[in-house]
Amino acid sequence: MKTAAGNPEWERELIRRVLDGEKQLFHELIRPCERAVYFLLLSMLRNEAEAEDAAQDTAIKVFRNLQMFRGDSQFRTWVLSIARNEGLGRLRRAESRREDSLDELTEEQGGDFTPAILMSWREVPAEVLERKEVGALLREAIDRLPAIYRNVVLLRDIEQLDGRDTAAALGITEGAVKVRLHRARALLQRELAPKLKGVVPKRARLLRWGA
Amino acid sequence: MRIDCKHVWEHISAYIDGEVEAELRAEIDRHLETCEICSAVLDSTRNVVVLMADERVFELPAGFSERLHARLDEELEPAGGS
Repeated sequence: MKTAAGNPEWERELIRRVLDGEKQLFHELIRPCERAVYFLLLSMLRNEAEAEDAAQDTAIKVFRNLQMFRGDSQFRTWVLSIARNEGLGRLRRAESRREDSLDELTEEQGGDFTPAILMSWREVPAEVLERKEVGALLREAIDRLPAIYRNVVLLRDIEQLDGRDTAAALGITEGAVKVRLHRARALLQRELAPKLKGVVPKRARLLRWGA
Repeated sequence: MRIDCKHVWEHISAYIDGEVEAELRAEIDRHLETCEICSAVLDSTRNVVVLMADERVFELPAGFSERLHARLDEELEPAGGS
């Protein structure tokens, strides 16, 4: 049996066996999803402890409702929509302590989407940042994004879901995913380009953060 | 058609994802050849996208998985064993 995550045959087989009583196999079924579940919930709830608690509740709800999975979407997408509902339920219960935490913001959300243009072409790059610092800068910038952009960027760029699965998991259209992803990246570029000059991702043969 | 910088920026995200139509892509490529500003904007946006995909940037909290599966075990095998 192939164990590749996202392999629908492997998932169907595992689900059947779990439902037939081999409950321990549920660990293997949920394992490939747990990262995306946690980060989606962290994006929504913005609190590590609560996101972890919500991720555990999500896993248990997935187990209890496994017979409801119809197989008309990817298993991971279904799991993420359960995570999203868990997150929304918690936000509602918290009576929206932060107004921007709910999904109801409109696309007309303000924000300056023009890119950062750095004209200091010959400037010596800022001190080369340790990856740890790069990570912290990225996480902070993402944390500051409005929720509707943060959730999309989380699933598309961090967890590498495609547009269709992201739309399904978040209950929005693929068009909305594209618009929000574009705006999120524009906001991140604007915020990060000036700070990350001189840092080049290892996997990319890219050289410049700014002109 | 000669596209301007603002027009290019509107399509940068789709361009990075390879989702712009061939004709527009060719226009953007032509623009990028001569516009250092837009090339830099493209490179830096792409850098952000590449960095976000790096698993080291977003790590699960230490012990997250162990705690999750321990909690699941309580559900899968309620007290008294199966």
